[in-house]
Amino acid sequence: MIPKLPFFSKKEPIDKSRVYLPDRREFLKISSLIGGGFLLGVNFQCAGPKGETRTFAPNAYLRIASDNTVTIIAHRSEMGTGIRTTLPMVLADELGADWKAVRIEQAVGDEATYGDQNTDGSYSIRMFFEPMRRAGATARHMLRQAAAEQWDLDVSGCDTRDGMVIHESSGQQIPFGDLVERLQQLSIPEEESLTLRSLSDYTLVGKDVPIYDIQEITQGKARFGADLDLPGQQIAVILRSPVVGATIRSYNEEKALQVPGVTQVIKIAGNGLHPGLNKPLEGLAVLADHTWAAMKGREALEVDWDLGDNWDYQCATQMEAMIASTQQEGRLRREKGSVKTAFAGGGKAFENTYRAPYYAHATIEPPAALADYKDDGSIVIWAPTQHPQWARDSVAEALDMDVSRVTVHVTLLGGGFGRKSKPDFVVEAALLSKAIQKPVRVQWTREDDLHHDFYHSHSAQRIKAQLDGSGKLVAWNHHTVFPAIGGTSNAEELHPSDGEMGLGCTDFPYDVPNIRIESHEARAHTRVGWLRSVSNIHHAFAICTMLDEIAEDQRMDPVDYVLSLLGEDRKLSFAEEMKGSYPNYGEAIEEYPWDTARMKAVIRRVAAEAGWEEAINQGKTLGFAAHKSFLTYVACIVEVAEDASGNLIIPEVHYAVDCGIPVNTDRIRSQFEGGAQFATSLALSSAIRFENGQVIQNNFDGYQIIRMPEAPKKIYTHIIESTEKPTGVGEPPVPPFIPALCNALYKLKGKRIYELPIKEGFA
Amino acid sequence: MEKYRLSVNGKMQEVTAPADMPLLWVIRDLLSLKGTKFGCGQALCGACTVHVDGVATRSCSLPVSAVGDRAVTTIEGLSPTGDHPLQQAWEAHVVPQCGYCQSGQLMNAAALLAENPRPSESEIEAAMAGNLCRCGTYNRIKDAILTASSQS
Ligand code: FES
Ligand code: FES
Repeated sequence: MIPKLPFFSKKEPIDKSRVYLPDRREFLKISSLIGGGFLLGVNFQCAGPKGETRTFAPNAYLRIASDNTVTIIAHRSEMGTGIRTTLPMVLADELGADWKAVRIEQAVGDEATYGDQNTDGSYSIRMFFEPMRRAGATARHMLRQAAAEQWDLDVSGCDTRDGMVIHESSGQQIPFGDLVERLQQLSIPEEESLTLRSLSDYTLVGKDVPIYDIQEITQGKARFGADLDLPGQQIAVILRSPVVGATIRSYNEEKALQVPGVTQVIKIAGNGLHPGLNKPLEGLAVLADHTWAAMKGREALEVDWDLGDNWDYQCATQMEAMIASTQQEGRLRREKGSVKTAFAGGGKAFENTYRAPYYAHATIEPPAALADYKDDGSIVIWAPTQHPQWARDSVAEALDMDVSRVTVHVTLLGGGFGRKSKPDFVVEAALLSKAIQKPVRVQWTREDDLHHDFYHSHSAQRIKAQLDGSGKLVAWNHHTVFPAIGGTSNAEELHPSDGEMGLGCTDFPYDVPNIRIESHEARAHTRVGWLRSVSNIHHAFAICTMLDEIAEDQRMDPVDYVLSLLGEDRKLSFAEEMKGSYPNYGEAIEEYPWDTARMKAVIRRVAAEAGWEEAINQGKTLGFAAHKSFLTYVACIVEVAEDASGNLIIPEVHYAVDCGIPVNTDRIRSQFEGGAQFATSLALSSAIRFENGQVIQNNFDGYQIIRMPEAPKKIYTHIIESTEKPTGVGEPPVPPFIPALCNALYKLKGKRIYELPIKEGFA
Repeated sequence: MEKYRLSVNGKMQEVTAPADMPLLWVIRDLLSLKGTKFGCGQALCGACTVHVDGVATRSCSLPVSAVGDRAVTTIEGLSPTGDHPLQQAWEAHVVPQCGYCQSGQLMNAAALLAENPRPSESEIEAAMAGNLCRCGTYNRIKDAILTASSQS
């Protein structure tokens, strides 16, 4: 089972939302909202391919209580982007609520109630901005109406602000809470009668709004995946198959059971050579009264593994084979004109091969989940999951029970980056709790996390580019090869999907007359998944460093060169040239075309803000790259230098971003700051390697992520003011940073970078 | 299993634990103080940082038998009202993203300021190098420490 991912398939865009008054039964179902007050539900409706309404499910709730508190359900998972704050904030702003009186509650995973809750693919803002506004506008309309009736005044003179309805000319005002009874008598206004606030009227949208959970976090009260205890619970630490597809021949649990606190050892069956995206690996779970006993018990297990087909998998060998394959003709994924003819026409040619390694997500919170299987055959789960519905469905499937008997509560996530959309760890907890009929918390260690991740694939690429006699880029032939995400569920899937190809490879936007894009075969020998910006990481690395190299050869400023290559202001759809589909991150290309003018605007902005020309004239070493991903346009300039002892430092980073209407500017900046640091790790220090089918990095000493001294010293994010539809910012900061850093390092060291991570000692 | 008497956040607590159980698991599993986090278990990430007699210590790597009568302070005990100058500065700079590493970051920063009330930027970087943040909040952590130090 593969979840609907924006890069696998078209997402059903929400084209309508309907606000309604829930009946008493439904009111009671949302038990956390009991306590009286006025309740509104919102349906987010998706249109099918023929324009018909496909789903009809209440997705969000809003309650106004007589004590003036406004409660908003957050149905997206919070993993550090601030979405749990930002979406409710949109509703509250439209409503005219007093933000200090707003309570946010986290929704359980429930497709029937909340629609799609998969927090992935940078699309929460994109999909839910408008529906949240409409929900707020509906409640605001009703509040104005209720107040006007109470005062016997004209509704047009009433507005809402700071949790009050205000009648400007008479100076009357009344708090929301005093209108609860009247509100309950009103019916929902027609959609046509709603007026949305103008952007300039907002007091929260477009501003810096702190995250809702800040004090809980700074006081150590915030609750993450491993922070809840249940009476009678057992802690499980699991020894998993060291190689994907390995199975247990036999085992001896005696020594483990001698560890004080260990109660039992339970086998979990794996899914063999097709590990799947939502299934546990084969393993032995040690259950104990506390975490330490479970860890010690695991060390004492004796297991005879049948390592299966992947026992001799060496990633270095596969890398050489992948590189060799790029010399062959591959599967055609996009074609325009004829690169063959252009290559035959003579002129200067460039040809480079690029490599990037496997990466692990390495969220500082390792996976953990608590499951409580109950006597009545239902199960309740608490987990840091990006995708509570998929977790729920996967648990129901693994336990062979009806999905209605599974409840998944979403805790805060200690980082996600794509790892925690896979529910394997949630299923482990559920299986074990059912087996012992007690609550079980599964705790992964760092070693577990690095050894059994769903990795970002290693990759090889070859790009051949041809200039004609006048120096114009006339041919672009890009070969890409990497084990695909689909290979995790089906080992016969050897090519990247159209979705993965559309992440920065087939959507090459430059005005080049002859383009040919090919993919090659690579088998998945491990669990491959998606990591913050997915294949954009390696594609942007190759493309943006190649363009820098060509610009230099042509004695052109790289910023000017990329601007000129983008050509006329155009809206691209790539339609005729794609040899397959182009999912466009799940959105219709007519709605969200590839707009070269928007890209040029962010490039000009970043060059101006970074003082690109002056800085270069002053002898600073700067690198530039621009890359659109997840429908957000980003340009980046990175400065590098060496300190007195020859260590690489990154004094300054500038980003310009066009993400449509900026919703929470502070959280946009924090995502770019974080994205730059995440990308610094990918570029400089992180790599997962397989020898004999096993990951050889064990902990943060082997799998290195940057520490404060290596982090860029200053990161500036320049946000384009826009009235375009808002798009996400979780992933887009990552792809352009890496090539911008490589291009800067080239200026510093005079050596081009073709392999990630950048070799130790290079810097 | 042995009995240990520990001073945690100013309170004497008695626990029964194996001698090699790291203080982290005593705090989390036996005392139910969940603010101190597990990230690596090998003194490599700093998520589990507490104060032991005021010194920033990786609780995942300190066996309970080695604590003795030294005073342990966790994030819950950093300030009774949650308004330590660093907690205030953290709020002003909206430092956290996911928040998971932040207890450890705050405890480490608090020990730094106790020892060096006016650290330079590079002193901050060096002192905080043992605390990983995967979300990338390093810049704001540094700014928040500078803010807090300028107010003391
Ligand atoms: S958990 Fe102790 S340093 Fe990482
Ligand atoms: S805020 Fe997420 S790891 Fe630091």
